Amino acid sequence: MFYREAGQYKTSYSADMAVFPIWQDRIGIAVILALAFIGVPLIGNDFFTTTVMIPFLVFSLAAIGLNILTGYTGLISLGTAAFMGVGAYACYKMTTIFPNVNIIVLILVSGLFSAAIGVLFGLPSLRIKGFYLAVATLAAQFFLQWAFVRVPWLFNYNASGAIEVPLRSVFGIPITGATASPETRYFVCLVLVVVLTWFASNIVHGRLGRSWMAVRDMDIAAELMGIKLLNAKLLAFAVSSFYCGVAGAMMIFLWYGTAEAADVFSIRLSFTVLFMIIIGGLGSLIGSFFGAAFIASLPTIMKFGLPAIGIPLSGATAEHVTFMLLGALIILFLIVEPHGLARLWQIGKQKLRTWPFPY
Amino acid sequence: MTDATLRPAPNLLANGWVKAALILAAIVAAAMVAAKLDGSGTAYKVFIDPFVQMVELPDLLVQTLWEGLVTGVLYALIALGFVLIFKASGVFNFAQGIMVVFAALTLVGLHEKGVPAFLAVILTLGVMFVLAVTIERMVLRPLVNQPDIILFMATFGITYFLIGFGESVFGGNPKQMIAEQLYLPKGAIDLNILGGRVSLQKIDIAAAVIASIMIAALALFFQYTRIGRALRAVADSHKAALSVGISLNQIWVIVWFTAGIVALITGIMWGARSDVSFALEIVALKALPVLILGGFTSIPGAIVGGLIIGIGEKLGEFYWGPLIGGGIESWLAYFIALGFLLFRPQGLFGDKIIERI
Repeated sequence: MFYREAGQYKTSYSADMAVFPIWQDRIGIAVILALAFIGVPLIGNDFFTTTVMIPFLVFSLAAIGLNILTGYTGLISLGTAAFMGVGAYACYKMTTIFPNVNIIVLILVSGLFSAAIGVLFGLPSLRIKGFYLAVATLAAQFFLQWAFVRVPWLFNYNASGAIEVPLRSVFGIPITGATASPETRYFVCLVLVVVLTWFASNIVHGRLGRSWMAVRDMDIAAELMGIKLLNAKLLAFAVSSFYCGVAGAMMIFLWYGTAEAADVFSIRLSFTVLFMIIIGGLGSLIGSFFGAAFIASLPTIMKFGLPAIGIPLSGATAEHVTFMLLGALIILFLIVEPHGLARLWQIGKQKLRTWPFPY
Repeated sequence: MTDATLRPAPNLLANGWVKAALILAAIVAAAMVAAKLDGSGTAYKVFIDPFVQMVELPDLLVQTLWEGLVTGVLYALIALGFVLIFKASGVFNFAQGIMVVFAALTLVGLHEKGVPAFLAVILTLGVMFVLAVTIERMVLRPLVNQPDIILFMATFGITYFLIGFGESVFGGNPKQMIAEQLYLPKGAIDLNILGGRVSLQKIDIAAAVIASIMIAALALFFQYTRIGRALRAVADSHKAALSVGISLNQIWVIVWFTAGIVALITGIMWGARSDVSFALEIVALKALPVLILGGFTSIPGAIVGGLIIGIGEKLGEFYWGPLIGGGIESWLAYFIALGFLLFRPQGLFGDKIIERI
């Protein structure tokens, strides 16, 4: 009823392998992009942009990063926050050393530093598997978190012990720092996320992505089929950390403005991102967006939504209830739909396709 | 000629221990040479000076070792809870650390409400039992036959739920453990040995003793009781255990309850040494390196792992920490474990991982 794909024949291999094989999907994605680029800045106020949209975009990117590692390659990582932190601190150091370089370029380049650190901590993944690896990534988390506090060179010997985001302009428009308008920061985030998602989509649908999925499903079998485990796993760590690093740099430079040192990149953040991909859907890019949207908006809903409909909750209680809710939701999703919101989305689309006369 | 003479000489390098020892020896030799050649003295500070200090001030060394030992015992206790659950249900229970905090908070919270100390202990045990049953019903049973990784993530859910629940019921402020009401000793014993004074906290001695008793009791329970035998059977093979009529659900409740008891005792001990609050969560995470060091399936592994990590991190913090700014306790444990894992991916005492296609 709502849409049919009848008459849309796939006549070539590339049409068959397309990410959006039917034109309704393409229209849908165009509408979403148009909404994001035109609708949100027109309708949304500053509050909406800064507390909902920018966190959502940043978390989406981090979730995509973790999803590449955990969802696609099957390597559990609890060090996401640390890799995000590497991105943020690398960006800070670089913009201090090269103040005139375009900050957007620096945000992207800082991902490379994160990727390098990710590869370093990914090396044990060749020998250590499963839960053992999850614990090994905690080494990265705690070591880097320690470094962010104890190595003053990283935060330029600031008295506050944290990143203080300087004012940086591109073509005369302030992008980071106190005077940057929420719309500008939102646009920068959006462009980065859209471009990087497009890259990620191409990677995971390509040869590399398939070798990752083979490694996830059974790494010995993948090795026997000629996939080089060393390359596949380390590349997964590199790409994943790159995304996390960019997300971390965006988080500090375009969202927070100032980092409270180790507080931001603590293990809690790692868990939050992990929850996003569990709830959103492991091994699904769109799931990363769903999960990020869900979890990033949960505290805001608890804080502002519930009092609005007449349920008063103090700040602390709201936080505790959010924790309980998160925990319960994780278990619920794992029981009811281990593939997360992404699978629900697919089911919904299928239902709509056959709507009045389901078969 | 007999077969024995035909057999090729065993390749010593194939043995992980020999390889590790050789590498260690090489590192030590390299360090000695570096310390001799290095003009600035950095290598000396890193490789030689700490050992000189250890020999010159043995009382400090003993004190550090003792603190490491006690910390290690407590890590081992948390790890013990993990191992129990992992052996019996194959679930990597990330929530064990939180169960420790939760048990301690419940105990203190009940006592604050005016419940006498020992009644509070019994009530807390009741709460842990209810928790075990709830987890079995709500989490484990619906997730039977799911991949391990799903169950692992489900325990993250339990962790978060317990944090939220504990904080909303008992509040987020740090609390004082009711050590005196439980007749736990206070104060310190000062020993004059090796030309210095070594101070042993009585509570630490009590912790070590109680931990040893509990581990012995668990060992006896596993070895000689009917339930213990059933638990071992389940640990060996779920299917075989089911086929001889062992109820898995019942076993899971028992094992989670046992882990709950271990958590309560650990919680009391940790709580008596510091405050009771969810800040202990970070400490509880330290049990994870202990676990991977010892191997997930081995109770002796948990104990040995705990001691290695505890002593290793205290020694590292005391002798090498100041060189790079201190506070290295937060990550040293993970690196020690990682170092061991590179040689034995299944941990020191873990079952050998056999992978089949």
